[in-house]
Amino acid sequence: MATWQPDPSFYPSPRMAAKAPAEKLAYVAAFDPDRKKPDAIAVVDVDPKSPSYSRIVGQVDMPNAGDELHHFGWNACSSCLCPNAPHPHMERRYLVVPGLRSSRLHIIDTKPDPRNPMIVKVIEPEEIAEKAGYSRLHTIHCGPEGIYVNALGNAEGKAPGGIFLLDPESFNVLGQWEMDRGPQKLAYDFWWHLGHDTMITSEWGTPDTFEDGLVPEILLGSKYGRRLHFWDLHKRKHLQEIDFGEEHQLVFELRPAHDPTKAYGFVGCVISLKDLSASIWTWYRDGNKWAVKKIIEIPAEPADASLLPPVLQGFQAVAPLVTDIDLSMDDRFLYVSCWGTGDMIQYDVSDPFHPKETGRVRIGGIVSRATHPKASNRALNGGPQMVEISRDGKRVYFTNSLYRAIDPQFYPDGIDGWMVKLDVGDNGGITFDENFFVDWPKGHRPHQVRLEGGDCSSDSYCYP
Amino acid sequence: MIAMSPWLVLAGLGVFHGLNPAMGWLFAVALGLHRRSRKTVFLSVIPIAIGHAISIAVVAFLAVLLGLIIDQRVLEIIAGVVLLAWAVYFATYGHRHRVRVGMTTGMTGLGLWSFLMATAHGAGLMLVPVVIPLCLSNSPAKELTAAGSLPIALAAIGTHMAAMLAVILLVAIAVYDWFGLAFLRRGWINFDAIWIAALAITGIVLIV
Repeated sequence: MATWQPDPSFYPSPRMAAKAPAEKLAYVAAFDPDRKKPDAIAVVDVDPKSPSYSRIVGQVDMPNAGDELHHFGWNACSSCLCPNAPHPHMERRYLVVPGLRSSRLHIIDTKPDPRNPMIVKVIEPEEIAEKAGYSRLHTIHCGPEGIYVNALGNAEGKAPGGIFLLDPESFNVLGQWEMDRGPQKLAYDFWWHLGHDTMITSEWGTPDTFEDGLVPEILLGSKYGRRLHFWDLHKRKHLQEIDFGEEHQLVFELRPAHDPTKAYGFVGCVISLKDLSASIWTWYRDGNKWAVKKIIEIPAEPADASLLPPVLQGFQAVAPLVTDIDLSMDDRFLYVSCWGTGDMIQYDVSDPFHPKETGRVRIGGIVSRATHPKASNRALNGGPQMVEISRDGKRVYFTNSLYRAIDPQFYPDGIDGWMVKLDVGDNGGITFDENFFVDWPKGHRPHQVRLEGGDCSSDSYCYP
Repeated sequence: MIAMSPWLVLAGLGVFHGLNPAMGWLFAVALGLHRRSRKTVFLSVIPIAIGHAISIAVVAFLAVLLGLIIDQRVLEIIAGVVLLAWAVYFATYGHRHRVRVGMTTGMTGLGLWSFLMATAHGAGLMLVPVVIPLCLSNSPAKELTAAGSLPIALAAIGTHMAAMLAVILLVAIAVYDWFGLAFLRRGWINFDAIWIAALAITGIVLIV
């Protein structure tokens, strides 16, 4: 498997990665909400010159039903070039695809035919529970010590959730990552600042509190996650916890600056118990500690109760529900998915404490049901959710399903899957690509998008 | 290799080790870029060279020490077998090490990192076939003696370290000041593969 030269998709710095060629394929996780037929990784043609542009051109089905494919990642990426742990003679070739519900891990080879990837290894949940002590696998990142996988529950499906390591060549489960987890119990997302030897993790809840949907009592009691945890990446030791306070619930996606010399990043908080608003926070270095500051607050929109799902009727408002964010490679634009209102908002975050809104589109939404130029004026449901940016920052892709058990709480009449693409102006501004609309085949809903060769949430860098 | 001056071989291996990005020049460049300081590049190569030299010294002294007790031919065979085993180990598990030192490291951490890298790579082992005959040929009775071997072994390590230091300094500064890191994308050839071959060949030379 060793190669003579580094994989051409590895870049020493985000500056160089931003000059990468445009992607031609996107891999999209698709799951069956009824858990009856197998989930799949779909291959979407994103090459505008191709006759099959904006169409699903391939698909690999999982061997079982009910996995709930969600997030996934690559076996190797640009961090292989890091000077302290160099192992660059690898290929970015395998997709590491966990089942959030089943805790099963699939290794999918994209090399022989990128349009028809094949499953080459399946790691059963029992093995992961035994060797790593975790279940409910969520986020994947390739990094200095191999493939990092985080899990929302321990082997019994309770707290603590955490991270384990997977060998990037043999895909053997190496074991739990944490050596001293301090007070950390809940897990959701994780990423790091390679330049500052810091891991950051966020919080959702234990599997029993979300696998049947959000539990109102737990949410209103502020019992879901609301903290960030900072760790020593190499000592694998918990260093600091920051509590966002009782008002804030569900601290989700972590987007550290790509430039490894910068010590800040962005995290989205789904909902405020005070007014249903969503918020974006910047974490940053303050002296020898980490600190956070709320930089964006997106208000709920008043709405007629009759248009709202039962969970929101009492509030007579649509919560924006910021469930995913993504940061462009140059750390300039932050994209914020408002799954409730249907907005995708672009902010210029060149100054990470003073964001400026530079673009906004609306599609779907609990009340708005906004359409797309290529959807023949049909009302669309679901809203902007998992968002991915091309390495050059010129294209943005997103899908509309959040999570099997939560989709019907906010979209009770069901979600019909779609995937869309935005074109980005040179100095900001976003518009729909009128030729790109994937009307997702019935029976599956799309979730995370990964772009061929890497994207803005797949790679981390050691050089500025 | 036998025909060449052993000092030249030691220096040559220093150049070889120094050129390998995994042995430290790349780390020096990265630290310089992070701290926006050319001085950091200069300073970083010192602990890197020292850590490397200590790792090599440990192996060399162990070999010389063993040479005092056992027959030289037996020592050569043992060293050869260890080298071959290391080549196999490195090819199989070379990538599977804990990462203990990161980008915020100080000079001590950098020295420790270099020591660990050199040790894990079996850098010292590669020098054994040169160090043993060198210590031997300078002793009149053609036998290893503690008093006679020590200064020669030290000189051998010094020669290797000097060559390595010169190369990492040169490469680090050249990359930091002129070339930049873009060439790594295609130009970073698989040193690990060459390294494994070098370990194996050295092992075979010793045994045969």
